[in-house]
Amino acid sequence: MIEISKLNAWFDDNHVLKDVDISVPANGSFGLVGESGSGKSTVLRTVTGLVDDWEGTITVKGKKLGPKRDKDFYRLAQMVFQDPFGSLHPRHTIDRILTEPVNIHGLGNSDARVVEALTQVGLDNAFRFRYPHQLSGGQRQRVAIARALILEPKILLLDEPTSALDVSIQAEVLNLLGRLRRDLGLTYIMVSHDLAVVAHMCDDIAIMNHGRIVERATAEQLAEGTLEHPYSQQLYKAAGGYDRAVVDTFVDWD
Amino acid sequence: MSSETLLTVKNLEVTFNTPKGKVHAVRGVSFDLGRERLGIVGESGSGKSQTGRAILGLTAANGAITADKMQFRDVDLANLTPKQWRKVRGARISMIMQDPKYSLNPVMTIGDQIIEAYREHHKVNAKEARLRALEMLEAVKIRDPERVFNSYPHETSGGMGQRVMIAMMLIPDPELIIADEPTSALDVTVQLQVMAILDDLVRDRGMALIFISHDLQLISSFCDRVLVMYQGHVVEELRASELHNAKHPYTKGLLNCLPKMDGDHSDLPTLEREASWAEG
Ligand SMILES: Nc1ncnc2c1ncn2[C@@H]1O[C@H](COP(=O)(O)OP(=O)(O)OP(=O)(O)O)[C@@H](O)[C@H]1O
Ligand SMILES: Nc1ncnc2c1ncn2[C@@H]1O[C@H](COP(=O)(O)OP(=O)(O)OP(=O)(O)O)[C@@H](O)[C@H]1O
Ligand SMILES: [Mg+2]
Ligand SMILES: [Mg+2]
Repeated sequence: MIEISKLNAWFDDNHVLKDVDISVPANGSFGLVGESGSGKSTVLRTVTGLVDDWEGTITVKGKKLGPKRDKDFYRLAQMVFQDPFGSLHPRHTIDRILTEPVNIHGLGNSDARVVEALTQVGLDNAFRFRYPHQLSGGQRQRVAIARALILEPKILLLDEPTSALDVSIQAEVLNLLGRLRRDLGLTYIMVSHDLAVVAHMCDDIAIMNHGRIVERATAEQLAEGTLEHPYSQQLYKAAGGYDRAVVDTFVDWD
Repeated sequence: MSSETLLTVKNLEVTFNTPKGKVHAVRGVSFDLGRERLGIVGESGSGKSQTGRAILGLTAANGAITADKMQFRDVDLANLTPKQWRKVRGARISMIMQDPKYSLNPVMTIGDQIIEAYREHHKVNAKEARLRALEMLEAVKIRDPERVFNSYPHETSGGMGQRVMIAMMLIPDPELIIADEPTSALDVTVQLQVMAILDDLVRDRGMALIFISHDLQLISSFCDRVLVMYQGHVVEELRASELHNAKHPYTKGLLNCLPKMDGDHSDLPTLEREASWAEG
């Protein structure tokens, strides 16, 4: 469904992605983890057309992407952004936030679509005429997911969809994403700095460091902890909680 | 942990007046603190930060505090004049705030900020202050202190900024540090490195630490003791190493919600809240 090969990206002179290869089958779920600044968000942003300076090939559902994304692309693939507070317009009601993409794409029947999308993310109609600040963090993240779903995409690019949330709300949102993948046959690329989150949600995982994928693993390999690259091992140990002796073995990667 | 008590809080209540009525943020919180690492966990809005801020007299103007007792060593925190507060706050008790970037001055180099803070507390000349400032940066494991010394806050990463904040906190040699989610914006590895610095301070300087976080796993592996908060109440208090044996359904529920790396992809348990938890 998604084939990314030899992807390189730059911000001015800063070479932030180096030969990134990712392949995700239809209905698959691919996880990207790694240190802050390693380029995880940039991978997703390049796919959605938010990065100008890149080289390599990106093929989505058999179609090779050029420099610009057309409307059809956004009906196929939608991104959910890292910051649930920044990504919803503060002075628009939930209804307006959800109706806008429907109108832009001229899909019609927006009323029924809004109700449907809200139902899919487990929000009842009472939320429709509220503003983002009148919702909890988890509810806001649900709205962001509903906005992505309303165009009935086949692919969701999820950038840290739960890192701003409490553990109990994180569990609700992760369950929701799992259910949507099963019920709607969606394909995911999911970015997180939390190894346990991607191990739980994804089949295949790539670990990034300094713009490169330094190691790949399946969820099973992660569960067994059989990682080889020293950075991955460090990440794996860090996920185990605080241990003074382990911290002393950490190396800085900047 | 030594048995000596540094801080006693009894029946702390924090209430805010808002246009929509009263918000009861902290409801009857009590605890004693020795030279130890005390964790406060709980979900967003449970009153963790407001508990920490009340101890330092930093409750917002629309809020009111009452307590049967708030005693920090020889100081009665419940009855301090602004002048007396200045001798305690930042000097004997320091707080690392939830948003480090906003706490640093954006138009001043990091070195100048540390020097300024140092000279507020110590009578030394400029050269001496500069040396001490560089030492501070080394103490928080910044590898290239000269470079960081000369840079502005926006030129440092989140992890650096947080370490700089901790360096500034240490200058007056406080007896108690309240760290409010000091690491939640950081990488896991940097997060643990910052915690190791705090850990060493408790061990080497005999400091007491209140560590506020919503990350149960982190708290249980790092702290000596944990208070679990729900809707302003402490619903459970236990030894951190015993967190997995928690009895309260809220604490158990929070622990169950965490995804695990066991390769199991089935749905996570979610938290079923019960009204009785908030009656405490
Ligand atoms: N719009 C931008 N302009 C210039 N540089 C950028 C921009 N966005 C990202 N970068 C840089 O690109 C690199 C990769 O950033 P990216 O946001 O992809 O990292 P990340 O892995 O998502 O990190 P985090 O976990 O902190 O979100 C970083 O060095 C970052 O500073
Ligand atoms: N100035 C204020 N006026 C009114 N209510 C307030 C004010 N400050 C805090 N509150 C409320 O007090 C309650 C407790 O807030 P607090 O900041 O202590 O939560 P917390 O446990 O630290 O949460 P988080 O994990 O999100 O930081 C919340 O319901 C909050 O909305
Ligand atoms: Mg990112
Ligand atoms: Mg808080």
